[in-house]
Amino acid sequence: MQITISVNGSAYTGEVEPRLLLIHFLRDQLGLTGSHWGCDTSNCGACVVWLDETPVKSCTVLTAMADGRRVLTVEGMERDGRLDPVQEGFARCHGLQCGFCTPGMMLTARWLLDHNPDPSPEEIREALSGQVCRCTGYENIVRSVRWAAQQRGGDGHGGHRLAPGGAQ
Amino acid sequence: MSATPERNGAYGRVPRKEDARFVRGRGTFVDDIQLPGMLHGAVLRSPLAHARIVAVDTTAAEAHPRVEAVITGQALAELGLAWMPTISQDAQSVLATDKVRFQGQEVAFVVAQDRYSARDALELIQVEYEPLPVVADAQRALETGAPVIRDDLPGKTSNHIFDWEAGDKAATDAVFAAADVVVGQDMLYPRSHPAPLETCGMVADSDPVSGRLTLWSTSQAPHAHRTVYALVAGLPEHKIRVVSPDIGGGFGNKAPIYPGYICAIVGSMKTGRPVKWVEDRSENLMSTAFARDYHMHGEIAATADGKVLGLRARVLADHGAFNATAQPTKFPAGFFHIFTGSYDLRAAHCEVTAVYTNKAPGGVAYSCSFRITEAVYLVERMMDILARELGMDPAELRMKNLLRPEQFPYTCPTGWQYDSGDYPRALALAMDIAGYDDLRREQAAKREHGEYMGIGISFFTEGVGAGPRAHMDILGLGMADGASLRVHPTGTAVLGVSCQTQGQGHETTFAQIVAGELGISPDDVEVVHGDTDRTPFGLGTYGSRSTPVSGAATAMAARKVRERARIVASAMLEVSPDDLEWADGKWRVCGDPEKAKGIAEIAMAAHSSLELPAGVEGHLDSEVVYNPPNLTFPFGAYICVTDVDPGTGQVSVRRFIAVDDCGVQINPMIVEGQVHRGLADGVGMALMQVIAFDADGNCLGGSFMDYLLPTPVECPSWELGETVTPSPHHPIGAKGIGESATVGSPPAIVNSVMDALAPFGVRHADMPLTPANVWSAIQGRRLRTDLAVT
Repeated sequence: MQITISVNGSAYTGEVEPRLLLIHFLRDQLGLTGSHWGCDTSNCGACVVWLDETPVKSCTVLTAMADGRRVLTVEGMERDGRLDPVQEGFARCHGLQCGFCTPGMMLTARWLLDHNPDPSPEEIREALSGQVCRCTGYENIVRSVRWAAQQRGGDGHGGHRLAPGGAQ
Repeated sequence: MSATPERNGAYGRVPRKEDARFVRGRGTFVDDIQLPGMLHGAVLRSPLAHARIVAVDTTAAEAHPRVEAVITGQALAELGLAWMPTISQDAQSVLATDKVRFQGQEVAFVVAQDRYSARDALELIQVEYEPLPVVADAQRALETGAPVIRDDLPGKTSNHIFDWEAGDKAATDAVFAAADVVVGQDMLYPRSHPAPLETCGMVADSDPVSGRLTLWSTSQAPHAHRTVYALVAGLPEHKIRVVSPDIGGGFGNKAPIYPGYICAIVGSMKTGRPVKWVEDRSENLMSTAFARDYHMHGEIAATADGKVLGLRARVLADHGAFNATAQPTKFPAGFFHIFTGSYDLRAAHCEVTAVYTNKAPGGVAYSCSFRITEAVYLVERMMDILARELGMDPAELRMKNLLRPEQFPYTCPTGWQYDSGDYPRALALAMDIAGYDDLRREQAAKREHGEYMGIGISFFTEGVGAGPRAHMDILGLGMADGASLRVHPTGTAVLGVSCQTQGQGHETTFAQIVAGELGISPDDVEVVHGDTDRTPFGLGTYGSRSTPVSGAATAMAARKVRERARIVASAMLEVSPDDLEWADGKWRVCGDPEKAKGIAEIAMAAHSSLELPAGVEGHLDSEVVYNPPNLTFPFGAYICVTDVDPGTGQVSVRRFIAVDDCGVQINPMIVEGQVHRGLADGVGMALMQVIAFDADGNCLGGSFMDYLLPTPVECPSWELGETVTPSPHHPIGAKGIGESATVGSPPAIVNSVMDALAPFGVRHADMPLTPANVWSAIQGRRLRTDLAVT
């Protein structure tokens, strides 16, 4: 079937199998391998991307369902050569080890900060509870998101809405 | 011992070099690799746990328009590859020829032009099975009349694998006979799975012209894997290149060689094209190396006033359908016999019997330091059970029996020589951070009005960093590791190591080690690992080996460079090498600090036309192999505070205090991260996860919907403390930290829950302490957590 999807601001039009999962479309067809596949069952969150304004688990979304919509992946978080504060926070606060869950974690954290700019540690844990990290024990992930939250307004970069695609 | 705290400022909380790529989504994991003309493989697996294969019909699959090859056990048998050796000198089926022996076992392999077609074609393969009776319960595996799983082994008439013992039985019996108090307890360390978020996989690329075989593989031990491929398949080792790119967590899961790897290699050789095989989550959980599955009976003997005298353990070890446990050859039960733990006792004896069952093979995986998880769990549970029997506080009992600092180096009753430690200091610090006495008061007050909180302690000693090679080998390969260090003319360096990071941050910490020895910046050291063409041989990363073994090799390689630099510096400064001292990262003339040369200047001179004295050929490069003289012995004191709802059986971990001593720390930020990870592992194992089976051998933990992993909500904010007792025999005094918390945390959590349940008369319940299990324990019913039936 024919689809048109905006991924990180660039439009892709092409033929896909109706059963093609979004994660495989992004990874295998577009070569955007930053999003990872981890479990098949929507439990781990390694595959989280944004579909329009919402984080989704792309291992259980059909590419066809993204037709006409905007997708944001980890590759689209950096803007004009500057890391998103969430990305910077993860690096500064040792919020990752093997790096496999990290893209999904960061995209959900970005969504959280867009909706709750100053979340408590408990609110961060709740927001990330659909995602699994096997390396960090989560403590430093919470610190990373808190660090990103504290940058809000500090340099004019933090806390912006990372609206994907659209007119870009 | 030369552990200077500052190391020229190179040690410390240096941000990780790795993170720049990972936060941008620019890591390279095996499934990220795309090669021109690459095909995709998929494994057909058995739905039954025990069945004879009557017929395999691949006709329809081969007719699929996008299928390039279908490989069966029969086809592999013709190549002599239907079976492969395991690390434990057993044989494991690559693709089944005669029988299937566990649910999920590999039966056939399809190579197709894309991922989805490969899976489609699996559906087209017809396998006729004749079901056989199943052994799902290890406790019944040795019963008369139990079906014999391994009838492929000549003369095999039972499911018995081995009996093994350690310690002095007569001395232990004598101590027990004379003791005031003896208590015993059955306990299960249930089957768990390391479940790294990245599953196992490989891209195999066989070049039919050059004969080169390049294998991008999720491997914790690329060099050892290369040698095994050479030995198993008869391939010339110099033509094989194993590359472990970024690894999405390993935890032991990626130490073994799996049938899927062999199939991918055969698929590539057969088609002449690269073949990618990446297992799905269910395949990972159902067929790759599990961990634990130890049915243990512990007994502890003590005086009436709480002096522990002796310890006994009998273990029934469930090794699954093939004995594929991964540990040094001489130790079929791993290092379980370090089970006397951290205590000063007179005698100990343990015996282990291993059996085959119709379950997935494996046994040593998941951050266990070769079964020290099981050993620590046993002794720490027994200490708590003894404390309750004696009416003593468990902290007081431990403090009374911990080894004293002056007893080190200490040889334990089963022969391990602990290198160093100050145990009472660590426990006192943990109790101080916890506010132990206040917690006990709070607990007493809460019990008055029906609230149940528990306080659990564990104290652990690990032995990590295997060899020495004379005592420890894997498949005949001695456990020693190499490091190579090249110093470029401008003074930047490239380090090659045989260990393999899976997230531990080797690119950062190993650069820090070199920087600390050579007085250069960690930024000027590039760490190369995970590529057998570019790194020296070594056994890889598991059993917390990286810093104890490869870290030592790295320091020794750097010191060799430094000694060469001394000779060059002596020529530059026109003094005798004996007149130079290493200070502030430079060789300087004794008594004349103005006359000094740093590594960068020396490196340029070493490559220049400078006339060099004898003993240095013209560059500074070095290569070493480090053969550890002994294990290193990290230790720690953990305290867990839980709240238990007796109405629902729900446990919540309110606080967790972890004091670790891993000797000298290279990067405390990374050390803390390693501890955090292991503590979360403990929450998972103690409270949530088990790979259980029903009577037909169906795996009940085959997805993340059933095999539960801790999320941020189940984990508290960890409270860490540290002591530093340098290892006396390690070049930088480090001991390793990768598995400490996975080893130490489960008994602290279980002890805490049992402490909470004391008013109900509950002495023991097996992990995982799920709400159902805790509730049953309160009702006085004990569950078999490893089986679907009670």
